[in-house]
Amino acid sequence: MISKYVESASSFAGDIDHLIWLVTVIVGFWFFLAEGVLFYFILRYTAQDGVKGQYITGEDPKQKRWVAWPHYLTLLFDVWIIIAAITVWQHVKQAMPQADSTVRIIAQQWAWTFVHPGPDGKLDTPDDIKLVDELHVEKGKTYHFELQSRDVLHSFSVPVFRLKQDAIPGRTIRGWFKATMAGGFDIQCTEICGIGHALMPARILIENHEDQAAWVMSKSPAAAATGGTP
Amino acid sequence: MSSSSTATAQAPEAEHDAHGHGHGHDAHGGHHAPQSFFHKYLYSTDHKIIGMQYLFTGMFMALIGGFTVYAFRMQMAFPGMSVPGYGRVSAGDYNALVTTHGSVMIFWVAMPVLIAALGNYLIPLMIGCDDMVFPRLNRLSYQIFLLSVIVLIASFFVDGGAFGGAWTSYPPLSAKAQYNLTPLGAPMCLTAVALEFAAFLMGGINFVTTVMNSRAPGMKMFDVPIVIWSIIIASILFMASVGPLIAGAIMLLFDQTLGTAFFDPNKGGDPVLWQHLFWFFGHPEVYVVLLPAMGIVAEVIVTFSRKKLFAYKTVLYTMVGTGVISFFVWAHHQFVAGIDPRMANIFSVTTLLVSIPVAEMVFVYIATLYGGSIRLTTPMLWALAFIAEFLLGGVTGIYLGSSGADIYFHDTYFVLAHFHYTFFPIAFIAVFAALTYWFPKMFGRYMNEAWGKVHFWGTIIAFNFIFIPLFLLGARGDHRRIYDYTHFPDLMKPGMQDLRVLATVSLVVLLCFQVIFVVNYFLSMVRGPKASANPWKANTLEWAAPSPPPHGNFPDGLPTVHRGPYEYSHPDRQEDYWPQNAS
Repeated sequence: MISKYVESASSFAGDIDHLIWLVTVIVGFWFFLAEGVLFYFILRYTAQDGVKGQYITGEDPKQKRWVAWPHYLTLLFDVWIIIAAITVWQHVKQAMPQADSTVRIIAQQWAWTFVHPGPDGKLDTPDDIKLVDELHVEKGKTYHFELQSRDVLHSFSVPVFRLKQDAIPGRTIRGWFKATMAGGFDIQCTEICGIGHALMPARILIENHEDQAAWVMSKSPAAAATGGTP
Repeated sequence: MSSSSTATAQAPEAEHDAHGHGHGHDAHGGHHAPQSFFHKYLYSTDHKIIGMQYLFTGMFMALIGGFTVYAFRMQMAFPGMSVPGYGRVSAGDYNALVTTHGSVMIFWVAMPVLIAALGNYLIPLMIGCDDMVFPRLNRLSYQIFLLSVIVLIASFFVDGGAFGGAWTSYPPLSAKAQYNLTPLGAPMCLTAVALEFAAFLMGGINFVTTVMNSRAPGMKMFDVPIVIWSIIIASILFMASVGPLIAGAIMLLFDQTLGTAFFDPNKGGDPVLWQHLFWFFGHPEVYVVLLPAMGIVAEVIVTFSRKKLFAYKTVLYTMVGTGVISFFVWAHHQFVAGIDPRMANIFSVTTLLVSIPVAEMVFVYIATLYGGSIRLTTPMLWALAFIAEFLLGGVTGIYLGSSGADIYFHDTYFVLAHFHYTFFPIAFIAVFAALTYWFPKMFGRYMNEAWGKVHFWGTIIAFNFIFIPLFLLGARGDHRRIYDYTHFPDLMKPGMQDLRVLATVSLVVLLCFQVIFVVNYFLSMVRGPKASANPWKANTLEWAAPSPPPHGNFPDGLPTVHRGPYEYSHPDRQEDYWPQNAS
C-alpha cells in the first residue's frame, strides 16, 4: 500500500507496510459499516407525517446488545492490532541485531553530519569519513547508528526505510537498519528545529559492495597511500 | 440544596435584596436602575453575558487562526509567492504562522468556545438556576482570559516576532533565544498560555460547584442533560491534568528568562521531561474538548430525531471511562522521541483501549437515530456531520496508536490530517451545531435556514477536500512544518504538489464560506424572525425560559423537574415531547 508510492528499502519496511495494511483492513471495515448504518438510518427514518418516533430507552439488555456486541468486537480487533503493532515495534526498535558496521549521525541547526567508519571499520579513528548531508551505506549490511544532537531536538527520518528517531542533545540514541535496495533517497528532519527546519534535506546513498568499497577508497587518500595504517 | 433555595428567592425583581443570600450572589447586590452599557455587556456577572464574551472573543480568535492558516498554506502550495493580504512568507514567518495557528485554534478557539462559552451559557439554564455560584469569579475568569489574548496578540508585534517553535514548545528550541530567534515572542506566548489556564481553572471550579449545588428542585443526577455532564467531566479532566503543565510552563519560562536549566541538557536538565509534562496535559486536553462536542451532538440528535437518547447511563459511563483512560495514553506522542522503547508497548495498549469507550459513544448515537423521526434542520445536519466526519478521525488514530506503524507516520501529514479530522468536527462542526441550535434561545430569533444549509454544504465538502489530500501526502512521506518542499526530491514526485495545491484551494473555499455564516449569524440577531421560548419542541430546561432569557433566567420562578431530559415520543403522550418541568 505504502510501497506503491514510497520505495521499500529496508529489511523492516515490509513489516511496517504489512502492519499498516492490516490496520487499514480492520478499521476500514468498521468505518464503512458505521457510516453505512448511519446513512441508512438517516434515510430510512426521515420524518414522515403522522409517524411518531419510537420510544426506546436502550436500557433493556435486548436492546443494549446492538451496541454491546460491536463493542466487544472492537475490543477483540484492538487486541489483534496491538499484538501486530508490538511485534513490529519490538523488531524495529527494541531488538538490536548484530551490526556489521556503525555510523554516527550528528544533527545541528541546520545540517546533518554523518561519520562513516572508513577503511578500518571503526569509528573515532583518523580515517573516519565525515560528510555533511550525505550518508553512504552498503546494501545488505546491518548498521547500527549513534544519533546525537548539538543544539535542539531533531529527528532522523528515512521514509524509504520507514525509520524515524528523534535526536536529543546530551544523549546518544542507538538504533539499527539494514538497507535492501540500492539508490539515493531523502533523509528528513521531522522535528521542528527553528527557521531552517525545511533546510535540512540530506541524502542517503545505498550502494552495492563494490561501489561502496570504491567510495571508501576514494575518500581515504591517506589510507590509499600508506596501505591502510594511519 | 441551600443554593437552589437561594436561587428560588432570587427572581430578578428581588435582586436588590440579594445581599442576604451568600454563595457569591452578592455580586448582584444593588442594581436598581437600568445598567449602563458598560456594566451590562462588558463588566457583567451574568453567566449569559460572560458566555457571549467568551464566544465572541473565540470567534475573533478563529479569524486570526483562519488567517494564519491561509497565509502558510498559500506558501506551501505556491512557494515563494507574495500571498495576497500578507506578502512573502519567510521561513521564520512560516514557523510563527504555524505555531500561532495551532495555539490559537486549541487554546483560544476550541477551549473558550466549547467549555467556557457554552458552559457558561448553558449550565445555569439547563439545570434550572439563575446564575453561576461564583459570578464574580466568573467575571474574573473572562478578564484574565482577555488579558491572555492581549499578551498573545502583542507577541506578534514585538522585536523578533511571534514564537515559532510549534504549539508544543519543545525545549531546547523554545528555551533559548539563540535557537528560536524570538527572545520576546517565546516567553510571551508561554505567559499567555499560563494566564489562560488560570482563567479556565476558575471557570472549571465554578462549573462543577454550580452543577453540584444549584440544580433545580427535583433534578437528580441522572436527570442532568448529557451536554452538562460532558462539560463537567471535561472540566474535571482539565483541572486534574493542567497542574503539571502549569508547573512545566513556569519552569520553561524560568529557563527562558532567568537562565535556569530544568530542560537544558548541558547543565543537567532534560528536554524530554517537558514532553511528558506537556502531553500529560495535552492528551486529556483532546478529550476536554471532545466531550462537550459529544454532549452537544447528543442534545441536537435527540431533539431532531424525536428519540430518547439510547442508554443514557452508558453514554455517561463511557464519558467517564474515556476521561480516566485519557490520563494513561500521553506517551503515544513520544514513541520515537527517545523514551525507553519498552514504554511504547504499554502506551500502545492504553491508546488502543481508549478507542473502545469512544467507539461505544458513536455506536450509541447511531442507535439513537434508529426508529426516529429525523428532521434535517441545519443544527441536525451539523450534528450528523460530526458523527460522519469524526469517525474518520477516530479510526485513523488507530494507525498512530499502533507503535509499529507510528514509526512511519509520526510527524507526517497523516498525523495532521488525523487530528484535524477530530479537531475540526469538535471545534467547528459541533460548535456550528450548538450555535445554530441555541441561536433562537440566545437571541430570540431564528437564523436563516437556507443560508445555513449553503454554509453547511460549502464547509463540509471543502473540509474533506482539504484533509483527504493531506492523508495521502502523509502516507507518501510529507513531514510536518516544512515551508518549502522543493528541497526534497522524493517529495516532489509527480502529483504531490498538485495535492498540496488542492488542499490549499479547498481551504480558501472553506474560508470564503465562513463569510456566509458570519453574515447570517449577525444579521439574524437583528433581522431574523422572532422565535418562541421553545421553537424546537425540546425537553431540557433552557427552553422553559423566555428567548432570550432575562437576567435571572426564569422570570416566573425556577422550574421544578419531574423527569429525565430525553422523554421524546413517549407512548403515553399525545405530543412527541415531554419537557422536564411539565407536570
